[in-house]
Amino acid sequence: MLTIKNLQAKVGEKSILNGIDLKVNAGEVHAIMGPNGSGKSTLASVLAGREDFEVTNGEVDFLGKNLLELDPEDRAREGIFMAFQYPVEIPGVSTINFMKTALNQIREYRGQQPLDAVSFLQLMKEKMKLVEIDQSLLSRSLNEGFSGGEKKRNEIFQMAMLEPKLSILDETDSGLDIDALRIVANGVNKLRNKNNAVIVVTHYQRLLDYIVPDFVHVLYKGKIVKSGTKELALELEAKGYDWIKNEAALA
Amino acid sequence: MKQLLPDMSTTDTRDIKNEIVEAFHQSKFDVAKEYRNKALTFFEKTGLPGPKQEEYRFTPITKSLEKNLDWNVIQSPSAIESIEEFLIPKLDANILVFVNGSYSKSLSKIISPDSKVKIKTLSEAFQSDSVTVAAYLDKVLTPESDPFAAMNAAFWQEGLFIYVPENTTVSKPIFILHLNDAGENQVISQTKILGVLEKGSQLSVVEKFDSTGTHSVFHNFSEEWIVKEKSHLEYCKIQNDAGKSYQVANTVIHQSDASLLNTFTLTLNGQLVRNNLTIIIDGENCESHFYGLYLLNGNTLGDNHTVVDHKKPNSFSNEMYKGIMDGNSKGIFNGKIFVRPHAQKTNAFQSNRNILVSDSATVNTKPQLEIWADDVKCSHGCTSGQLDEEALFYLRSRGIAQPIAKAMLLYAFASEVLTPIKNETLKSYLDNLIAERLQKNF
Repeated sequence: MLTIKNLQAKVGEKSILNGIDLKVNAGEVHAIMGPNGSGKSTLASVLAGREDFEVTNGEVDFLGKNLLELDPEDRAREGIFMAFQYPVEIPGVSTINFMKTALNQIREYRGQQPLDAVSFLQLMKEKMKLVEIDQSLLSRSLNEGFSGGEKKRNEIFQMAMLEPKLSILDETDSGLDIDALRIVANGVNKLRNKNNAVIVVTHYQRLLDYIVPDFVHVLYKGKIVKSGTKELALELEAKGYDWIKNEAALA
Repeated sequence: MKQLLPDMSTTDTRDIKNEIVEAFHQSKFDVAKEYRNKALTFFEKTGLPGPKQEEYRFTPITKSLEKNLDWNVIQSPSAIESIEEFLIPKLDANILVFVNGSYSKSLSKIISPDSKVKIKTLSEAFQSDSVTVAAYLDKVLTPESDPFAAMNAAFWQEGLFIYVPENTTVSKPIFILHLNDAGENQVISQTKILGVLEKGSQLSVVEKFDSTGTHSVFHNFSEEWIVKEKSHLEYCKIQNDAGKSYQVANTVIHQSDASLLNTFTLTLNGQLVRNNLTIIIDGENCESHFYGLYLLNGNTLGDNHTVVDHKKPNSFSNEMYKGIMDGNSKGIFNGKIFVRPHAQKTNAFQSNRNILVSDSATVNTKPQLEIWADDVKCSHGCTSGQLDEEALFYLRSRGIAQPIAKAMLLYAFASEVLTPIKNETLKSYLDNLIAERLQKNF
């Protein structure tokens, strides 16, 4: 589904990604872990198309398309979804209205008819249950005055609505208490199937107790320095990141 | 006799003040001669505001008038027969129409009974309601307060007198259309409104400014609203003039005890629009909400100078103006709040927020608070900046095309100012106007 080859990116003069190679197949969950400043969130942002970063080298193929050539909206329409680490508050735009616009823009791109009001509401009700989110929250301005947990749940609600092929969860666990974490993880698990894939970007093992990864990659100084299975995450949790840093220094 | 320009001024500097004064002497005014002469005397002293005059520093209206208008042509013919396209659909209202500064009886339609609201041309009212007119005309908007107010007081072609008796609620709004047709020639129109709401009365007014044709238009408009004890005025102004139109609108609203005021000013088009809106809170327990929105593009200059003058204690005012500037447009906001020594326990809030959509658009914003009382709550804030890039990215990352995402954000920003509008027909009309404008042009 996704093939990243030698991806390099910088912000300003500072290079942050220094040659990432990664292959994600349908049905898989990949965890990207690493110490602060290793480039985890940058990788997520570059894949979603944030323009603050300049890709200086490498290729990203998503379902046969050159992802790096696409605008953020076209990436979303092709099936990429990033759950933001810091979801933006947008006064005056309700989540419902926002989702309706987004969904219909994606449908239009795919040559489908826009969803009528009844079908949309039906779909919304169904997906609301999935992430245990209240309708009153969705009628309010997008994320405005939401708690940390509500914002993250809203991200997963949007993911449920848009049914992406590849979801990238950027530190979705940050700022969540254990109950909220469980709700969010449950939502993600329910959305998993053999046709889609998830990349979980996280600093801690905690989230991976709930969203169990098939592969774990450790990012350090903008490179994947170690890959393994879910046991690698447990090892990191037990030993910290220092041994990875030492290994990387020796290599 | 027309005065000749001095020989040395063979350049393009015109003595526009003398041209205007000369035009006054050429005109034949039937009513209000005393008022006019008094105002002219004052106008002769001050003339039009120069570039150094603080109040008009950012708005080169005098230069624009010198360049684009000829004072020898006062009345221009109009071929307008239908006003349908300028009306607000489904708004069940009294419709009063001015074309090129003259009141058009045939295009107007009064549906409220005379017992609920008296509506007359100002010339008629000089005969029929001379006492009331004499009591209020040019009293709260004095010719001395502004050069254009002086010019209007001297030159007004026609106007309206609107009078609501005590304890009367006028159920149908009053819709006033100021239409200027510059299809054949330039238009200079000067109109004037005097409105009086007696104790405990209620009225809703919508004023719309439109123009057609390719020639220049100068509309100098003055109005005074007297809002007495416990009365309630809803006031909405929609400025949607064509490209070569220059407009100065002086509006003064005078509030007495326990009166309620909601105003909304929407500026969309025109070459230059200057609004002087002054609210005099001359009573206790008054409430005033004044909201404004300017959506500017092309070369439009939109200038809102507002004043709220708290003269008595225990009143509340809340001002919110927002602007979106695209193209080479220029937004100007100046908000004065006066709290006089006696006006203790005043609550006065002001906010002005601006978004610049293009690199060549500009905005000048200036809050000016002068507070003499010591036990008051006042706050003000102004911001100007670009569209929030992070918010834009968020919307796009969900599959929404950039232009639509931009429009959504701008619309969300702008539509907040519609909050105080009560009439649903009017509100949805304005809402559509804003949405359409933002989708189209940004």
